[in-house]
Amino acid sequence: MRLSGLQKEVLSLYRQCLRECRKKPDTARQHFKSFARNEFDKNMGIEKRDFAAVEFLLRKGRRQLEMYSSPGVKNIH
Amino acid sequence: MKTFQIYRWNPDTPTEKPRMQSYTLDLNKTGPMVLDALIRIKNELDPTLTFRRSCREGICGSCAMNINGTNTLACLCRIPAEDAAETKIYPLPHTYVVKDLVPDLTLFYKQYKSIKPYLQRDTPSPDGKEYRQSKADRRKLDGLYECILCACCSTSCPSYWWNSEEYLGPAILLQSYRWLADSRDERTQERYDALNNSMSLYRCHTILNCTRTCPKGLNPGLAIANIKKEMSF
Repeated sequence: MRLSGLQKEVLSLYRQCLRECRKKPDTARQHFKSFARNEFDKNMGIEKRDFAAVEFLLRKGRRQLEMYSSPGVKNIH
Repeated sequence: MKTFQIYRWNPDTPTEKPRMQSYTLDLNKTGPMVLDALIRIKNELDPTLTFRRSCREGICGSCAMNINGTNTLACLCRIPAEDAAETKIYPLPHTYVVKDLVPDLTLFYKQYKSIKPYLQRDTPSPDGKEYRQSKADRRKLDGLYECILCACCSTSCPSYWWNSEEYLGPAILLQSYRWLADSRDERTQERYDALNNSMSLYRCHTILNCTRTCPKGLNPGLAIANIKKEMSF
């Protein structure tokens, strides 16, 4: 299946999230992973043609990633 | 009675499209400014309406929004009472919307940080107390230091709409000039060098929407022209 540019961006954001998870301490890593997964799952139902919504969520996701990837954040619940 | 049409968009339901919602107020029971009307709508008609406000007297720059097609501060904008037509209120144009009338100004603040808006000096002052300047030097800062960074001018600039990533925009350039014109600052040359490229400064094509819209009556267009002048001679 060929992916649209927007879909690729979403996948790349998810990969970035998983990469950032690896930098977290061992014990908390699973928490971060399931949190990231959960954030994506929440919006699974959005129509892929709804560009405005997907783009907004991408921006929001990037902001969240930036926040959670700071080394000060050690765990998440 | 006066009807306000206000831009509504809720980030919690991103699949819903933005819409205009109408609210009707009795002007005799409302204060004179648009911000008074907004606060009254939020208090009495619809508590979900979201907007930024703080000082309600035009000194904080929080309530910048687009009212009847003009970027201005809601607290300094009178409700056009004699005009029966609806007043339309939008968030600042070409900004990402956080919610309803709240724009995302992250980029704007990042750009402000990039011009190093603080005094840079290596030599200590002669008396070891304060950095003095002459009255004439101080007068150069009038019309510059009053800027409250409400982002009305930057978001009204077509050049900034199309190149906001690289072009600094009128508000930031006005601040930039405020530090260039400061007689106490010693990194003037470095500041010029940072601006000396095709994007940061020279995307200003003297459209002068910035000067027209500034709710504080400042002249960012003139400040930019001054930077350009001093850089070319």
